[in-house]
Amino acid sequence: MLYHLPRRNTLALAMCSALAAPAFAADNSLETRLQALEARLAQIETENKTLKQQLKQTDQKVEATGDQVEKIASQGGTGNTALARWAEKTQLGGYGELHLNQLHNNNPGGADKKEMDFHRFVFFLGHQFNDRLRFFSELEVEHNTVEGGKGAVELEQAYLDFMLTDTLSVKAGSFLVPVGILNETHEPNTFYGVERNPIETKIIPTTWWEGGAGITAKLGNGLTFDGSITSGMKADAGDKYAVRAARQGLAEGTKAKDPAYTARLKWTGLPGVELAGSVQYQSDISQSTDTTAGAARLYEAHAVINKGALGLKALYAGWRLDGSGPKAVGADRQNGWFIEPSFKINDAWGLFARYNRWDNQAGGGDGVDSSYRQVDLGVNYWPHPDVVVKLDLQKQKAPAGKDELDGFNVGIGYRF
Amino acid sequence: MTQLRLLLLLLTLSLPAGAAEAEAEATRFLAESFSRPPASATVWLTAELKPAVRAILGHDMTAARLRYWRLGNRTAWVLDEVGKEMPITVGIVVDDGAISRMRVLAYRESRGWEVQSPNFLRQFAGARLGDEQQLDRSIDGISGATLSVRALTRVARLALLLHQEAIKKAPPP
Repeated sequence: MLYHLPRRNTLALAMCSALAAPAFAADNSLETRLQALEARLAQIETENKTLKQQLKQTDQKVEATGDQVEKIASQGGTGNTALARWAEKTQLGGYGELHLNQLHNNNPGGADKKEMDFHRFVFFLGHQFNDRLRFFSELEVEHNTVEGGKGAVELEQAYLDFMLTDTLSVKAGSFLVPVGILNETHEPNTFYGVERNPIETKIIPTTWWEGGAGITAKLGNGLTFDGSITSGMKADAGDKYAVRAARQGLAEGTKAKDPAYTARLKWTGLPGVELAGSVQYQSDISQSTDTTAGAARLYEAHAVINKGALGLKALYAGWRLDGSGPKAVGADRQNGWFIEPSFKINDAWGLFARYNRWDNQAGGGDGVDSSYRQVDLGVNYWPHPDVVVKLDLQKQKAPAGKDELDGFNVGIGYRF
Repeated sequence: MTQLRLLLLLLTLSLPAGAAEAEAEATRFLAESFSRPPASATVWLTAELKPAVRAILGHDMTAARLRYWRLGNRTAWVLDEVGKEMPITVGIVVDDGAISRMRVLAYRESRGWEVQSPNFLRQFAGARLGDEQQLDRSIDGISGATLSVRALTRVARLALLLHQEAIKKAPPP
């Protein structure tokens, strides 16, 4: 006999059995899976812990590698520590300038100056013995070749500098006289014009170095004092006591009977502003070789102002020479000044104009007008802050019968 | 006794000023820059960052990473850069991408020491990075200290770049 369960009941029964059986089975399987998951979680935790440790170790290794790399890099990668230490304390540098002058001489019979000249090729060599004691030198080849009385190899600086305190240092050796703008800072990229300005050539005879000792004291509020006792000049009647010709340059036989005392006070209390004044005294400008010559005094003052794109340099320098010898040729007074406004178009281009006046026989004793005037206009182009290309026009007004050079100059210069 | 005192004085004078002094100056600088100086962190000079650093300094840095201190949006940096011959150590604090403090911690060059003067350094306050990683303002130089002025300007730009990098790496909460 076949029972036919009502259709609805059959469905309910089927559902019951379907639900009951898996529910029973699920109890077992869920637990297993949970256990498996727990085990997996524990495993991951362990792995994570290990990874963290490894990461920490890797970090430490990386830091250590960094230390080592920096150590090697700071030794110049040579691995030779003695050499590396020496190299680290020794500094090399240099500057140079090549000039082209295309100048016409207005003086009848006077020679034009149409020349090219590798004017200066300079090496700096310095060594830091420790944080307080250093050596600095500047060796120069002037005018490319030394031959037939032309060109020169000059040791322009070679001195030891000892920092006594953070504000007081002393130096001894051959160093640059602390006078003017260019004498101590004359790398070609730092000034306008192919040639150095005539005042800091004829009146302040840059590059002007002497042998002796000096102190530098930082007085605070932007004030610095420099004082030095050095070898002096030896002016000669044959050169009409012109100061440029009176430099002895510390060559063999430099007379050191009458020293020179120099003092400078400099104020740089405001950014972009420098005001400075120097005086020098020598008891006998001829080193007691000329009885008609006597003591000499140099007075100098200058201002350098740079505000944004605008710049202004102005300088006065004047000598007073005692004695009847200098007076007779008007060389008892030798002086000059210049003023130089400039404009920086951008970091690479700058324009300047300069008016210069100087006279190496400004005393009236010779009854002759001996004053020179010169106007310069030009442009500097810096393809890199340490490299410069210069072009300028020059117009002179010379005393009657003297060389009067008009034309243009082109130059390239660098420092490193 | 006088001779002994003189000898002692000379010995003290001839002691090298050295790294310890610069380190002590850096610690003082940090103490003044944060109410409670945070622990230091490092920025690695990755291949990605190196070209930007080189563009600012004009040379690669010998360091592989740089230490800095950070609290929120304020970072402090102690960086070395050569002016002419010797490294100048400079402390710089950057707040929200603008320089808020700058001080020379160790000056070792023979010329150009004027860059240490507060009057000069004041010009950097508020400076940010503008176009081509340049400062957004011009800095008036000091004659005779050109190279030191340039070094300080480079270091200021570098600190601003590194600040951006540090903030990018871990933005403030």
